[in-house]
Amino acid sequence: MNDENGEGLSPIVKIISGMIFPFIMIFSLYVIMHGHLTPGGGFQGGAIGASAIVMLIVAFGARHTEKRAGEEKLSLFESIGGTLFVLVAILGFIMAATFMSNFLVGSAIFGEIPPFGSNPGILNTGGILPILNFAVGMKVIGGLSAVVLAMALVSKEDD
Amino acid sequence: MIYNIPFFAVIILIAVGMYAVIFRRNLIKIAIGITIVESAVNLFLITLGYREGGVAPIYTNLPANVVIPGGMVLPVPQALTLTSIVIGVAVLALMLSFIIRIYQYYGTLDSKKVRRLKE
Amino acid sequence: MNVDWLLTHSPALLIAIPLLAAFLTPVIDRINKKARDAFVIIVLIIAEIIMIALAWDVFTGSAHIYTMGASSPTATIPAQAAVPIRIVLEVDGMSAFMGLISTTVSLAAGFYSLAFVKKETGQGRYYALLLLMLVGMLGMEFTGDIFNLFVFLEVLSMASAALIAYRFYYGDAVEGAFKYCVVSSLGALMVLFAIGLLYGQYDLLNMAALAKVMKYTTLDRIALVLLIAAFAMKCGAVPMHMWTPDSYTVAPAPITAMLVAASQASLYALFRICFSLYGLTLDVTTVGIIIIALGLLSMFVGVTMALPQKDIKRLMSYHAVSQTGYMLLGVGVGLYLLGKPDFDTYGMAAMEGGIFHIINHALYKGLLFLTAGAIFYKVKTRNLNEMGGLAHSMKFTTIFFMIGALAIAGIPPFNGFASKLLIYESAYHVSPILSIIAMLVSIITLASFVKVFHSAFMGPPMENAEEGDVPKSMIIGMAILTVGIILFGLFPGWVVSNIVHPAAQALAAQAGYIGSVAGGA
Repeated sequence: MNDENGEGLSPIVKIISGMIFPFIMIFSLYVIMHGHLTPGGGFQGGAIGASAIVMLIVAFGARHTEKRAGEEKLSLFESIGGTLFVLVAILGFIMAATFMSNFLVGSAIFGEIPPFGSNPGILNTGGILPILNFAVGMKVIGGLSAVVLAMALVSKEDD
Repeated sequence: MIYNIPFFAVIILIAVGMYAVIFRRNLIKIAIGITIVESAVNLFLITLGYREGGVAPIYTNLPANVVIPGGMVLPVPQALTLTSIVIGVAVLALMLSFIIRIYQYYGTLDSKKVRRLKE
Repeated sequence: MNVDWLLTHSPALLIAIPLLAAFLTPVIDRINKKARDAFVIIVLIIAEIIMIALAWDVFTGSAHIYTMGASSPTATIPAQAAVPIRIVLEVDGMSAFMGLISTTVSLAAGFYSLAFVKKETGQGRYYALLLLMLVGMLGMEFTGDIFNLFVFLEVLSMASAALIAYRFYYGDAVEGAFKYCVVSSLGALMVLFAIGLLYGQYDLLNMAALAKVMKYTTLDRIALVLLIAAFAMKCGAVPMHMWTPDSYTVAPAPITAMLVAASQASLYALFRICFSLYGLTLDVTTVGIIIIALGLLSMFVGVTMALPQKDIKRLMSYHAVSQTGYMLLGVGVGLYLLGKPDFDTYGMAAMEGGIFHIINHALYKGLLFLTAGAIFYKVKTRNLNEMGGLAHSMKFTTIFFMIGALAIAGIPPFNGFASKLLIYESAYHVSPILSIIAMLVSIITLASFVKVFHSAFMGPPMENAEEGDVPKSMIIGMAILTVGIILFGLFPGWVVSNIVHPAAQALAAQAGYIGSVAGGA
């Protein structure tokens, strides 16, 4: 399973990291989406997702990862995340009072009001917060993995 | 007295970090020094929020079937610290990219030799 | 979508629209290059128009308070607690004044960049970072919350550091950017430490609420020292000015013009902390003398280090340090006299001189850096010994440079004369030595710019000089700033009474600041 330029680690590492990668991404999505209930949120979950992609860079080599999840696609992913954040915030003052106001409280999407005191954590609460968490998570995954990929490619050029 | 130990740790870490930034010549050690100072300031912010006997400031699955807890630690410094950690990651990534370019251009990482901009 | 709605939401729009444009620019860059240029220029023009409308409203009316996420600053989280936790944007006279400077300089730099960076790679990211610098500046100037100030300060510093190293094939550009990054991140960490000290004592982050309950304890004094040191380091006051010549020289010319506006945003933060956060609780005599001393040192050291320079942009950046000294001197005299009965006669005049000098400096120093960039674009060198006789081929650039040099030296009828006269007159009443040093520095400034003019523009033309001036978009960028210089020079009275006086009054009256946010002092 050695590819054309013979980089990356041994075949066992490649197979195992390929199998574990979806689970790490699901865990990162879990941390992102439960940001309003448990410790976590946009940046923390995004950092976990970026670590998954960095694990792929280490296991398969930078040039191989560049062909699959190239720097251009990651930059596009990041820009979409950032745009989603600002658009949802602007919707705040088109639909309700001021910039970034929580206009989804009481509505169908994420709109329940949680009871006071200890509760097992209801996902459907929080208003615009889970959407903003998701946008920040997209931005962090795209941004951090693009940075590490760019650094790995630059140091490969010298060899 | 025992609750003041984190503040002593903050002062020691700031001293170590400043020593690394001011007196070390290798560029990577300067970057590490800045990271140490940033960790010290984050520790300071977290320690400000501690209240004795408090639980974590979330209502999901509180321990021992407490309905409304007696005391919680302050959540605002945790938010400030999180923002500061994110900023620290961005600063570190930027500084390491600069160091990679300086090494490609000059061939050395010694800050006394990387000084074309004098006077 | 009428004008009223636009004016109410304009503080948030001014931060949101460039931020959205900064995230969209890399996407549009992938599609079409000309569309990206047009998009950036349109966004900058929209920001300028909204800023002028907002400034008009604030100067003739009262301050705008904008709460993020609710309709008034004291609205509580419904039905459970009684704690008002709101982040407010507060646009009073001084904030609107600084906002005008930021958007005007960004517009000129945007036009200038269209031709200056046309042959570089990665232009989509350049324009995205330029818009992020504008967002950082406007965020620092509009916010009413001290932690928000720190976050936008870091956004501004990181975007500037990345843009200074834009032409990474010059090794000294990356070296200057590394120095800038280290210095600004240490300064920002000191600011964060001071914010932690203030929060730990009073449990508040809102500047107006903090000003209401501020007692001047020992920890508050430590926080004040850290904040003044950090913001003076960010604006290039001596003795923390070492990064200024290194980074201003190697950055691309439009970015240097925006770095000048960014240093002035840090200067604004310094004044906001001394006047509105601490106000009369601090020891105005001591702190006033410290700021006056910083100003005098900056003026003198800046201009004497500028005289022997051979690099044109390094000379101009030492002059930027020296002109920052004028602003510190003017407002320092105002702080020294705060609360004393002399304040209303010549304390207010000193503050108006210092604040008027801020906008004058942004205009003429921006213009001078853009002309230096035009010279570099033509002859590919910044060394004064290797250039000469450029007046034969670059006619527009010569005229712009002459206007900028006469303005910085304080010659009537340009705008430098009006603000320097206000500073000379009012500083004389505190101590005649201040005025004498200020006038001496002014004369040495004129001497060094005569040297630059003679070396660069006079003399026989160079052998391999091409004909014709720089491209049209660069001339448009320089012309925007020149129009401002000429207008402010011809009508200084109108400018002082309608633009500068509301700003100085908003800064000096702490009770008005607290009252407008917290609803009744």
